[in-house]
Amino acid sequence: MSHPPAGAAPATRPSLRTRVAVRSGQAASLASRLLGRGAGQVVGGKVVLRLAPQSLGELARGHWSVLVSGTNGKTTTTRLVTAALSTRGSVATNSGGANMVPGVVTALGSAPAGASAALEVDELHLPAVARQVQPAAVALLNLSRDQLDRASETRRIAALWRTLGEELTATTAVANADDPLVAWAAMGFRDVVWVGAGQVWTSDAMVCPSCASLLHRGTPDAAGSADWWCDQCGLRRPEASVRVRDAHTLTLEDGSDLPLQLKLPGRCNAANAAVAIAIAGLAGVDAATAAPALTEVEAVAGRYAVTDLGGRRARLLLAKNPAGWVEMLELLDETPGRAVVIDFNAREADGKDPSWIWDVPAERLAGRTVLVSGDRAEDVVVRLAHAGVDAPRHATVKAAVAAAPGGPDDVVDVLATYTAFRDLLLETGLL
Amino acid sequence: MTDALRIALVYPELLGTYGDGGNAEVLAGRLRWRGLPAEVVRVPVGSPVPAGCDLYLLGGGEDEPQVLAAQQIRDAGTLRQAVEGGAVCLAICAGLQIVGESFRGADGKVHDGVGLLPLETRRQFDDGPVPPRAVGDVAVEIDPEAVDGVRLPVMLGYENHGGRTRPVDGAVGRPLGHVRVGIGNGTPDKAEGWVAPAGRGRVLSTYLHGPVLAQNPALADLLLTWAGADLPALERDDPAIGLRRARLRALGLPAEAA
Repeated sequence: MSHPPAGAAPATRPSLRTRVAVRSGQAASLASRLLGRGAGQVVGGKVVLRLAPQSLGELARGHWSVLVSGTNGKTTTTRLVTAALSTRGSVATNSGGANMVPGVVTALGSAPAGASAALEVDELHLPAVARQVQPAAVALLNLSRDQLDRASETRRIAALWRTLGEELTATTAVANADDPLVAWAAMGFRDVVWVGAGQVWTSDAMVCPSCASLLHRGTPDAAGSADWWCDQCGLRRPEASVRVRDAHTLTLEDGSDLPLQLKLPGRCNAANAAVAIAIAGLAGVDAATAAPALTEVEAVAGRYAVTDLGGRRARLLLAKNPAGWVEMLELLDETPGRAVVIDFNAREADGKDPSWIWDVPAERLAGRTVLVSGDRAEDVVVRLAHAGVDAPRHATVKAAVAAAPGGPDDVVDVLATYTAFRDLLLETGLL
Repeated sequence: MTDALRIALVYPELLGTYGDGGNAEVLAGRLRWRGLPAEVVRVPVGSPVPAGCDLYLLGGGEDEPQVLAAQQIRDAGTLRQAVEGGAVCLAICAGLQIVGESFRGADGKVHDGVGLLPLETRRQFDDGPVPPRAVGDVAVEIDPEAVDGVRLPVMLGYENHGGRTRPVDGAVGRPLGHVRVGIGNGTPDKAEGWVAPAGRGRVLSTYLHGPVLAQNPALADLLLTWAGADLPALERDDPAIGLRRARLRALGLPAEAA
């Protein structure tokens, strides 16, 4: 495996046109912030692109960059990578879901010379962004259905990624070996660093991405990692060089254990950390240097934040799709005494079909106090009733949190779908 | 009934795209809530569909898995034997297409179905433009004639399919009902689903996918009755009532009498 050289290539000054465009974009971002319309990352980037449509490639030149993509964990992993790379110098990054071309343009437009770049990119937009940025690395985290009405898209995205890899011969993929769709996609890249990040949700990868025969799977280990193979075409799980051992430990290529002391909870964040450690390695930051930096990351765009909600302390958890729900239910096991509020919508951005809640192992909540709110609270109430959990519905998430009994630490865990989470951030002033 | 009612969930890895396993949980739950024993038998791909179950569930699936499932069910022949011997089959979405006589796969080829229902499924039947995928909420007026004269409340659910389904000439049975909201079979008469006897058993099929029985408890109970259960009244609050109220309101349909 050939690692790209550590550190940035010599900086090339962007063209006058691009420089003027970037300054205009920054003014637009500032105006947006002053008007209280959010961070302005998207609007700023759009202005830049209108004035200099080809600026993305130009702005990316001279920076060591990684693009982070996948269905779940993009934002958190990008934050972890940023923390790891910051041990070595400044890092340009986008945040808060500004993860298409404009958000990436804004992040790179304000990057100081020689800065590296850790950029979150939407799965579907990864090829377009990567073709211009020509990153040193892409992180391919996982692929599962985000919205049930678009379930068949995962295979199509994997195919787009695979084709991308065939084009970008100088880019190394850091890819989750445990996810068959991701692994098949990453095999299109010339250089791959395989990470054993686990796969908690297998329902979108029952058949071989290559030949559509039924995939075989081994029993998952404690870290949620399971072998998989196709006995028709021979596709099988690649050997991972960095693996999640448990929620607090990674195993590195030389077989040594790397303890993690993350403030972020759960096995899913150990998986995100494993990817961050692998990327840091490509950038020349060794695991022993990177790991302590990851400890500092706490809440990421409101996720995992403990905040005041109507006078109660609530921890905000985002679960926007089935795979995310499985991860969050697993994470809730760490705080067994707390009441759980499920705030559930099925709007356009959530996917309007909530059928998948029946695939979520709701039995894991048995024995806990669960309260439900949101547009589709009644669907969740029925689902939970059949899992042996009688959960009352409340008119609002605030009312549900207010009605929740205080646990040992008086924090209520609030699990919210995409649009419900966004409303929670607005409600609590985090957005 | 002293023996547990046995509910077979057929090939959930292939036919479970839309949370279809939920129907098994709802059926088993509605028995257990009444103190009646239930057993859910998950039938993994690669094993033949077992004989001896009372209810067989076939759910929704994507194109390639659907072809794979149809082939395995047809080759084993056991589902047909079980139904003809008196069992009940609930076939949903891809399941509906599979239990028919033929369906068109993503590969453009027409595949043989299991042949339990006199239905054929294609992308379209006329020469017009290819119709869009049917995606969205559905409400169906169930035809009492299709269900032994029982008057069932409006059936609620969600559909997501590209197929259009019609009966073949001389078909036995009748549509489950007619859509008030949504597409259903996609035929001009607004038919939805199909119900027909098969030997001593019966097949009920619908495009309303996923955990459709969660929203339609009366239909769930009817299927259990067909499968041989003797159902006393439910002793607990039925959470499905609140769900139906919410969904009817969301769809702009009249509320039901309590």
